[in-house]
Amino acid sequence: MSLNEEVEVLRSVPLFAKIEPSKLKLLAFTSERLTFPAGGELFHQGDPGEAAYIILSGQADVVIDTPTGEMAVAKVGKNDLVGEIAILIDVPRTATIRAETEITTLAINKDLFFRMISEFPGMAVEIMRELAHRLEATTAQLREASNG
Amino acid sequence: MEPSIYRYIIKFSLRQQIILTLMAIASFPFLYAFYQLPKMIIDDAILAKDTVFPVEVAGIELDQTGFLWLLCSAFLLLVIVNQGFKYIINLYAGITGERMLRRLRFDLFARILRFPLPQFRKTSSGEMVTMITAEVEPLGGFVGDAFKLPVFQGGYLLVILAFLFVQNWIMALAAVALYPLQGYLIPKLQRRVNLMGKERVRRVRELSASIGETAAGIQEVHTHNTARRELAVFSRRLGAIYDVRLQIYIWKFIIKFLNNSINQLGPFCFYAIGGWLVINGDLEFGALFAAIAAHKDLAAPWKDLLNFYQRQADAKIKYEQVIEQFQPAGMMEEDRQLGEPEGINALKGDISASGLSLGDDTGAILVDSASFTLDMTEHVALVGGGGSGKEETTQLLAGLLEPTGGNLQIGSEKIEDLPEAVTGRRLAYVGPAAYLFATTMRDNLLYGVQHVPLREASYDEEGRRAHDQWLAEATASGNSTDDPNANWIDYAATGTGDDEELLKRIFDVLQIVGLDDDIYTLGLRGNIDPASQADLASQFLKARAEFRDRLTDPDIAALVEGFDPGKYNENATLGENLLFGTPVGDAFDMDNLARNKYVISVLESQGLIDDLLDAGQQIASTMTELFADLPAGHPFFEQFSFISSDDLPEFQAVLTRINRDGVGTLRPEERTMILSLPFKISPARHRLGIIDEQLQNRILVAREAFAENLPEEYRGGIEFFDVDGFNTAATLQDNILFGKLAYGQAGGAERVGEIMSAVIDDLDLRTAVMEVGLGFHVGIGGGRLSGAQRQKLGIARAIMKRPDVLILNEATGSLDGAAQSALLTAMRSEMDGRGLIWAVHRASMAQDFQNILVMKSGRVIEQGNWDQLNKDGNELYELVKSE
Repeated sequence: MSLNEEVEVLRSVPLFAKIEPSKLKLLAFTSERLTFPAGGELFHQGDPGEAAYIILSGQADVVIDTPTGEMAVAKVGKNDLVGEIAILIDVPRTATIRAETEITTLAINKDLFFRMISEFPGMAVEIMRELAHRLEATTAQLREASNG
Repeated sequence: MEPSIYRYIIKFSLRQQIILTLMAIASFPFLYAFYQLPKMIIDDAILAKDTVFPVEVAGIELDQTGFLWLLCSAFLLLVIVNQGFKYIINLYAGITGERMLRRLRFDLFARILRFPLPQFRKTSSGEMVTMITAEVEPLGGFVGDAFKLPVFQGGYLLVILAFLFVQNWIMALAAVALYPLQGYLIPKLQRRVNLMGKERVRRVRELSASIGETAAGIQEVHTHNTARRELAVFSRRLGAIYDVRLQIYIWKFIIKFLNNSINQLGPFCFYAIGGWLVINGDLEFGALFAAIAAHKDLAAPWKDLLNFYQRQADAKIKYEQVIEQFQPAGMMEEDRQLGEPEGINALKGDISASGLSLGDDTGAILVDSASFTLDMTEHVALVGGGGSGKEETTQLLAGLLEPTGGNLQIGSEKIEDLPEAVTGRRLAYVGPAAYLFATTMRDNLLYGVQHVPLREASYDEEGRRAHDQWLAEATASGNSTDDPNANWIDYAATGTGDDEELLKRIFDVLQIVGLDDDIYTLGLRGNIDPASQADLASQFLKARAEFRDRLTDPDIAALVEGFDPGKYNENATLGENLLFGTPVGDAFDMDNLARNKYVISVLESQGLIDDLLDAGQQIASTMTELFADLPAGHPFFEQFSFISSDDLPEFQAVLTRINRDGVGTLRPEERTMILSLPFKISPARHRLGIIDEQLQNRILVAREAFAENLPEEYRGGIEFFDVDGFNTAATLQDNILFGKLAYGQAGGAERVGEIMSAVIDDLDLRTAVMEVGLGFHVGIGGGRLSGAQRQKLGIARAIMKRPDVLILNEATGSLDGAAQSALLTAMRSEMDGRGLIWAVHRASMAQDFQNILVMKSGRVIEQGNWDQLNKDGNELYELVKSE
């Protein structure tokens, strides 16, 4: 997969959707492409977060630890972004991501991400907007839940 | 040290000085004859008023021409004799001077070794360097001249003067009439210059100290952004030196002016007075002529003599100035440092301190009447906060500092009286910043067991002769005659008998301090020389084969892309793919391949230039697109861009031109600029999609052509990848890997490391790798190692000599908690039955020690075991609580 294709994938991620293509290209170029074998972990619940991953190909399970053992709660696949919360704020990983098949990702390193944001404030605005959307959606869900 | 340079000279070179003086005196008769002859030639042979020919010389009758020839031949002979004297005297003076300089430098350096430690806080190393190198240099020249020059030149002057007076005393008197004035005035002025010279020396010394300090504090300069301030201070110092130098020049040339003017008064007297006497017939013309010739030669010795007195004054000052710095109070006796007492036995008895005190030069009391008794074989922890005196106490115990009061002894001997041959061999001390020397790990580890040369070095015939010569010269200069090439390693002290056992012991010690893995890693990054270690090279080739074999496992096959002559390596750059070898030296420097004529000629012959220009153009346009919006100097440029921020605008301009006018219009340097880009691209890593399969295949063809036609002059510039051959230029690791780590495999490097480690273990190569690791060069002050590695190596060095008592002074501060406690356990067991005194940097480390001394404000306030002391109200309890 070449750089241009990676840029296409990045554009399909909502968090990055409205960012200029040339900036996305820089983000893609400076990010590391990482391949995990099937069964490998992108990260483990409780670990400090260093990078977010955009899945370029393959599938992975989202697994959380429960008192009764591990529980798979969701699946992620192509074009999904995982681990972005941990690079925005310093919280430990809230779940484990384990590759189901061999999986190729674009790893966006925390430092790199903040460098990009501080260099291109437009990007920060877009990301803020996206996060506000999410908050709005969560609040709506919460309201629905408490009403219903 | 002798208080004046003359005493130093007389003490160490009296014989040479006498010989020089005698030689100078012996030359005078010839000199006089040399001045007498021209007069004879003119008066007796040419004008020949009073001569009756033929004359009889040594029984042979000569006519006028024959007589002239005889005298002229004698003149020529005397020229040679006089110059010969000069040559021999100067050479001998040179040798004497150089030997004395060598002796002086040696003495000064030897004194540095005996300075009391606090002295090193007062005198910077920069100052010591200039003093021993530059400042004493002129003294060497002076020593050779010290007696011989005034005698020779003074005698020379007297001879000529005598000659002049014999010719005509009035004229001679006139010629030297102004010498007294000169002799009075010039030294007076010169004194002024000398004083300024002294000032200059002082300022230059300060300058070197400040350069040394800035270099040592370079991190602070960067972290505090103080470069401007450093530059300003430096500029001021240079200005101060300039000022004083300018003054020196001004006065020097004033002196020169006066000197030369006065000197020219001589000829004036000859022409005026001598001419008048000749006209009146009171003086022979030949005599006048000879007098003028003699006077011309008079200027040289007179000048030399004046010059000598200036140099003498200068040398006296310089010597005193330097010596002053090299005799601090409290210097160690030479015998205590270098003496070799008979039978150095294990230390016995208790270590006892009574009223032990130490003050510094400001009057502060660092250790205050401390009293304690320790069993030599027990393990003791010294605990205390900052300023508690525990650090100084360890240094007193190690004999590094001398107590200013009280008593500290081992058995019945005061530690301060023990020679270093005992304290340096039976005791070991490791401070918080153990210094490592800029040599290999191995040499650093063995530094502590090399006290005296034990086994002579073996020399071939020529080497032996050179060595003997060297030895004779060292003896003549009073230098050390020990041979640094001898084997100094005290095997017995390490508890081993030969190199093999020693190596085993080294590995054991490295394991105790937890450096074994580090050494292994360093070994993997090291090189071996297959010429001298053919066996080892072939073993590593086996390891390579085994490693490649294991990589056939599909699970791990993707982790490494091996080198294959018929395949383009996607994880390597285009440059690496083309060369298919490791560059040796600068000929095929990867960053400059586009400038290499041979590389370009290969590409041209394969018709690849246009393709690469095209690729370069694409890369350049991608880079300008990606990085154009970033401010210059942004870290991304350094990390990711192929084009530096400085060059970016130039590339943009070139690209615009290419788009407008085509590639053909590029200037040669612009072509090189564009052409240099594709060499750095690796398809797997950069994913630019520029180097497609078709281009890759053509590079493969070029690769073959490159190797095939490699001209003779480039043969040494590259070591080709050959699956059956050990690559000398590559590290052990790269030799086993024989390929590239695949880009972007999560945890790939670790897994490959594990596989490699397994292969090495299976083939029993671990010690071989570690041995290579021991050859790792640690850099200046151990700068190529981490802080923790340096501390561990410092401790390992102390363990190597198996001391009776090992004294540690906060020697593990850079280690993390786990490494520290592992080291603590390992050290306690290694030193079982021998003494261990550990000034711990955290009180809780003392927990396992049977005997704990707690210090505060220089006093020992508590002593006991952990349970006794760790109670509310105790100092130890407070220290542990505050951690």
